[in-house]
Amino acid sequence: MKKLKSSLTNMLSVLTVIAVVAGAVLAYVNSVTAPQIEKINAENLAAGIKAVMGSDDIQVSDPQDIDGYTVYTVTAGDNNLGQAIVTVDKNGFGGPLKVLVGFDTEGTILGYTVLEHAETPGLGAKAGDWFQKDGKGCIIGMNPGKCNFTVSKDGGDIDAITASTITSRAFLRSVKSAYDNIVAKGDGVSAATPQVMNEND
Amino acid sequence: MKYIKVLLNGIIKENPTFVLLLGMCPTLGTTSSAFNGMSMGLATMAVLIVSNFLISLIKQLIPDMVRIPSYIVVIASLVTVLQMLIKAYAPEVDKSLGLFIPLIVVNCIILGRAEAFAAKNNPVASIFDGLGIGLGFTIALTCLGAVRELLGTGAVFGQTLWGENYGMLMFVLAPGAFLVLGYLIVVFNKIFKKA
Repeated sequence: MKKLKSSLTNMLSVLTVIAVVAGAVLAYVNSVTAPQIEKINAENLAAGIKAVMGSDDIQVSDPQDIDGYTVYTVTAGDNNLGQAIVTVDKNGFGGPLKVLVGFDTEGTILGYTVLEHAETPGLGAKAGDWFQKDGKGCIIGMNPGKCNFTVSKDGGDIDAITASTITSRAFLRSVKSAYDNIVAKGDGVSAATPQVMNEND
Repeated sequence: MKYIKVLLNGIIKENPTFVLLLGMCPTLGTTSSAFNGMSMGLATMAVLIVSNFLISLIKQLIPDMVRIPSYIVVIASLVTVLQMLIKAYAPEVDKSLGLFIPLIVVNCIILGRAEAFAAKNNPVASIFDGLGIGLGFTIALTCLGAVRELLGTGAVFGQTLWGENYGMLMFVLAPGAFLVLGYLIVVFNKIFKKA
């Protein structure tokens, strides 16, 4: 078969056919994969909430959008366990830092998980482990309203990730802001009087 | 016999990374660990094989003057399909490579092979060319990732060989990518290039 000539009609029709076929294929694959992707996202979120609340046996409310924070109220039976909050700090070292953090009704941190980040591998990317229970800068069990919730460099109580002060600050800011804006204001949550923060904060 | 030759050509003689020095952006960007490098290589190979095959099939139907846009639409569709599949069925890969998958569209290796090979050869040979070049790329990225991971964190494929404390972080970061790539090119050419 001879190659088609580059006439206007030929070019137009060939490009159109290719575009239509490509569009159809994409639409089909999307319709197949979209539910699966949705399911994975939902599973990740559910697993994340369980992890940050430190309990498997929980019911999670529908997400509420409050001042830009996504808030899930978590209960076990009749007990109000607290809230899991998705919070973002825009000033990470490599970009925004998105954290899911769980507070009990007193505002004590039960757990956290980093949902999205663009921090440096080997440095800031350690934020996912560093502030956990076994990490060096453990924040689990702390109450941002009752302690000096900044890195020790700024006069706070928490050890920053080695060589990643900017990431650490962004991380702590995100948790603190979730506490200040949601937990401290929320119903049924007894907010402690925050201490005066260091000026470098 | 001819197909074997096409295959080896992609892996050794025209290795896209070590000899042609194509596709440097994903090469340097994704090889922070052996697993990431291998995943990126395999993803690229999958797109390359299918795009080579399809383009070789339809090459007679595409007028010369619109061949580049046609190829790009074919390649971009394949990459988007791949991205959706990875998101749905391999969320782990999506987590570490998500950002780089769409960039396969503009990986010059793929358009390069479409232009240089698939547009001139039959579909079967084109598949072998895609396989060869893809394997060459995958092997190169895996080596690069393994060396960087080993020097940077003391592990390969997540298996710790010596403690992380002895890792040189620089090799996980961008400068290490350039250094390791440079030395690997030297080693590769020392072994395979006839004087």
